Amino acid sequence: MKRTLLSSVTSLIVALLLLGCFGTSVSAQEWKQIPIPKLPEFKPPKPKRIQLSNGMVIFLQEDHELPLIDGSARIRGGEHRVPAAKAGMMDVYGEVWRTGGTKTETGDQLDDFLEQRAAKVETGGLGDSTTIGFSCLKEDFADVFRVFDDVLRSPEFRADKIEIAKKAGYDAISRRNDEAGQIAGREAAKLVYGKDSPYARVPEYATIAAITRQDLIDWHAKYVHPSNIIFGIVGDFDTAQMEAKLRAAFESWPAGTPVKNEVFAPHPAAPGYYLVEKTDVNQSNVQMVALGTTKKNPDYYAITVFNEAFGGGFSSRLFSDVRTTKGLAYAVGGGIGTGWDHDGMIRMMVMTKSPTTFESITAIDDDIAALGKSPISDSEIGHAKDAILNGFVFRLDSPSKILQEQMAYEFYGYPLDFLETFQEKIGKVTKEDVARVAAKYLHPDQLAVLVVGNASEFDKAPASLGAVHKIDITIPAPLPGIVPQQ
Amino acid sequence: MKFRLRLSVVVVCSLFCSFSFGQDLASFEKRTTLKKLSNGLTVIICERPEAPVFSFFTLVDAGSVQDPMGKTGLAHMFEHMAFKGTDTIGTRDYAGEKVALAKVEETYAAYIAERDKRVGRDDVKLKTLEQAWKDAIAAADKFSAAYTNEFGQIVESEGGVGMNAATDYDETTYLYSFPVNRLELWAYLESSRFMHPVMRQFYKERNVVIEERRMRTDSSPPGRLFEQFLSEAFAAHPYHRPTIGWISDLNTFSATDAQNFFDTYYVPANMVVVLVGDLKAAEAMPVIEKYFSRIPARPLPDERTTTEPAQNSERRVVLHEQSQPLYVEGYHRPDFRSPDDQVYDALSDLMSDGRTSRLYRALVRDKQIASDAEGFTGLPGNKYPQLFAFLAVPLPGHTTKEMGDAIHAEIERVKKEDISDDELKMIKTRARANLIRSLGSNEGLANALALYQARYGDWRELFGSVERIEKVTKADIRRVANATFKEENRTVGVIEFAGPPGGPGDAAGPQGGGQ
Repeated sequence: MKRTLLSSVTSLIVALLLLGCFGTSVSAQEWKQIPIPKLPEFKPPKPKRIQLSNGMVIFLQEDHELPLIDGSARIRGGEHRVPAAKAGMMDVYGEVWRTGGTKTETGDQLDDFLEQRAAKVETGGLGDSTTIGFSCLKEDFADVFRVFDDVLRSPEFRADKIEIAKKAGYDAISRRNDEAGQIAGREAAKLVYGKDSPYARVPEYATIAAITRQDLIDWHAKYVHPSNIIFGIVGDFDTAQMEAKLRAAFESWPAGTPVKNEVFAPHPAAPGYYLVEKTDVNQSNVQMVALGTTKKNPDYYAITVFNEAFGGGFSSRLFSDVRTTKGLAYAVGGGIGTGWDHDGMIRMMVMTKSPTTFESITAIDDDIAALGKSPISDSEIGHAKDAILNGFVFRLDSPSKILQEQMAYEFYGYPLDFLETFQEKIGKVTKEDVARVAAKYLHPDQLAVLVVGNASEFDKAPASLGAVHKIDITIPAPLPGIVPQQ
Repeated sequence: MKFRLRLSVVVVCSLFCSFSFGQDLASFEKRTTLKKLSNGLTVIICERPEAPVFSFFTLVDAGSVQDPMGKTGLAHMFEHMAFKGTDTIGTRDYAGEKVALAKVEETYAAYIAERDKRVGRDDVKLKTLEQAWKDAIAAADKFSAAYTNEFGQIVESEGGVGMNAATDYDETTYLYSFPVNRLELWAYLESSRFMHPVMRQFYKERNVVIEERRMRTDSSPPGRLFEQFLSEAFAAHPYHRPTIGWISDLNTFSATDAQNFFDTYYVPANMVVVLVGDLKAAEAMPVIEKYFSRIPARPLPDERTTTEPAQNSERRVVLHEQSQPLYVEGYHRPDFRSPDDQVYDALSDLMSDGRTSRLYRALVRDKQIASDAEGFTGLPGNKYPQLFAFLAVPLPGHTTKEMGDAIHAEIERVKKEDISDDELKMIKTRARANLIRSLGSNEGLANALALYQARYGDWRELFGSVERIEKVTKADIRRVANATFKEENRTVGVIEFAGPPGGPGDAAGPQGGGQ
């Protein structure tokens, strides 16, 4: 078990400018003397995009380094469209699509067939889509692609595997209050989008129990059509030959009815304090949240620079202030979230010992408020842009990363050259742009402040803060006979 | 829960496969260059010209096992300090800062000497001493406050990504990736941090680490379980101590202790640096040598530790928590040098890998008593004799006892019956595929080459384990299972659900350990 320097939480920084001392160097800064040659010209291979007559979009990306071929399809329609009474259906569907086998083979038979080749075919359910992918050695492509195609088009959703998936769903519900971090993430989303929003709601015993085999069959029949599918394939193949194979496999498949991506209106909670009491912890999990925006917003580029400087990096203001200078937290960070098709979350998060809960909240509030008097400076913006632009090559450093980016643009209707224009637009961001987006999106008095923690140990009695909304996270009991009781 | 990567889960190439072991190693021999510098540091460059970037992995062959008595958590603490800069990064007046930092240490020593008096502590004097220490910190901070996190800022501004480090029981590692035109800058930065680290802002960073402990252990039920479980399973070997450190040690050790740890263990001959990416060894090695040769040679540390004696009776840890049940059990096994090392890898694969694995089929698919179950080796490390462990997550309404019983039934099967031809073939095929898949990333390759070089003194063992796993037989698996999976060699750890405090079943209350 590793202990690491940084948690996965994005973290941030500062101090350099606040103290106004940057650049007043006394001794030689040796690292500045080291020459940095021009980065060699790099033209990463772009995938070939084709669209079949039935509407299916396919990206082909050759990568001959290793004798492997991987493919994945993303199909429009996901959990967000599931009726509330069957919340969690895509978790069950995403599992049983594969484990339930096909018309001609059981899931167990597929397991044996694939594992003998160290190959994978896996399915999954997301909020706005479902996915099915494969990974195999090149020599096994024909065998594995046959299974992939069969699962894609002819799943059987056998009842025994539905039972196993539903039990896993019940298990996840029973465990969802065990870890403070999971509670905080879940409840913060409810504060931003509304507790019944498709972006925030969670399955319950009753909604999982309500899911039937017919639901899964109907879902597959409704959504899994070429006109809803984006398929990407990467690996050790010849594009022309692979294109011919894929056309032969998919071109004759009837188009079906295309569905459009759907966006749901948010119902944010009022600003203020929200408390989830958890008595078995000595550290509070704090999330300060509000509604963000999307990557389609022209503000996206200024927001990207702001986030890097304020809450995103090792030298960001939040990281430097709350972690390094004040020693209040290991995990601290945040920024203005940008979603692909719906508004992301503005989120500042910190995990700090119970007795410094409100001291840490105040520290973050102060860092936000300070943006008025000490806006992100030219020097901070310079560092942030350097970090984004100099690190840009890492978004293109493998063919599969490039393929995944292209598939996301296609799925959400972004221009396919989104990434190519990104650098130029980041380069143009000014100090004024950054100050403007900070002022537009970030207001300490408009944040919902969620604290998951041990209230008896806090540095302030919650009652002293005025109205504190207590959130009840009790898990609704299962229907009799559905789940055995503890 | 994530466990550390199994070092030896890698490899195998059956005789009938087209991508042969021989080809693979030969291609790596051609593009991999190793040089031992005059100070003893091992440098490996693996050329992988896929994109104009490189990743590196610096491995220090010392981890929390080397923490001194009474100073658990020190290896990890130093790892955090390796991001605080040097005599030129993080300050502009090191001469002044050095004097101020010495004063911090002097006042801290006086403070804890009084604080930890068993008899006759003077609380008034203690307050004065504490204030003197805090004043000294404030004075020292003035030399660095304007350059907070300058080391990280340079790396990030220059395009570095994935900057991180990890401390494990067995080793400490540092990593990030850079565009290739920053090779020389990287060589300067990475060698400087291990030539002249400065223990600035130590006591604030210690608080950061204590928060890390609260996050990973005190406030996490599985974190609490694994800390107690390992303490129970190992009585003598340092694997019984948490890498993050016990809270009283964290509240006691000093910057001087961290510097001493560095001086003892961060010795060039005890370190391996691996770079993988679009580099040409002929051009890159001289640059690396120029900078890393500045680190003075020092003698290798004595890393002998207590050997864990044979266990002679089952041990058990039961935590009553507000959270749902978990089951873990572990059996002592020898270290990575054991001739049976690959047999344990095969057992782990047999038990855990994929939906064809024994535990998935028995506990998840057929008995339907668990949502997940696996068996794995290398807990909590693999450099020293370690545990082969089993983990199961009971479904609602099923007990931890059922988990143990079902796991033991599967263990008995492996002890009594040969595994099938198909299973043995699957294990070997999967190992070969896993090896191939692991070669496709700079970070992954740098990690693997560094680990094999440090453990075996030869990175080729990444491929060499191939021959050993190829030789694993059905009889080996039965023999090793019989030798290992014995009741008296077992430690069991469980979380039992006790309900919320004050409610029915409230047995234990919070287990949080921090202050």
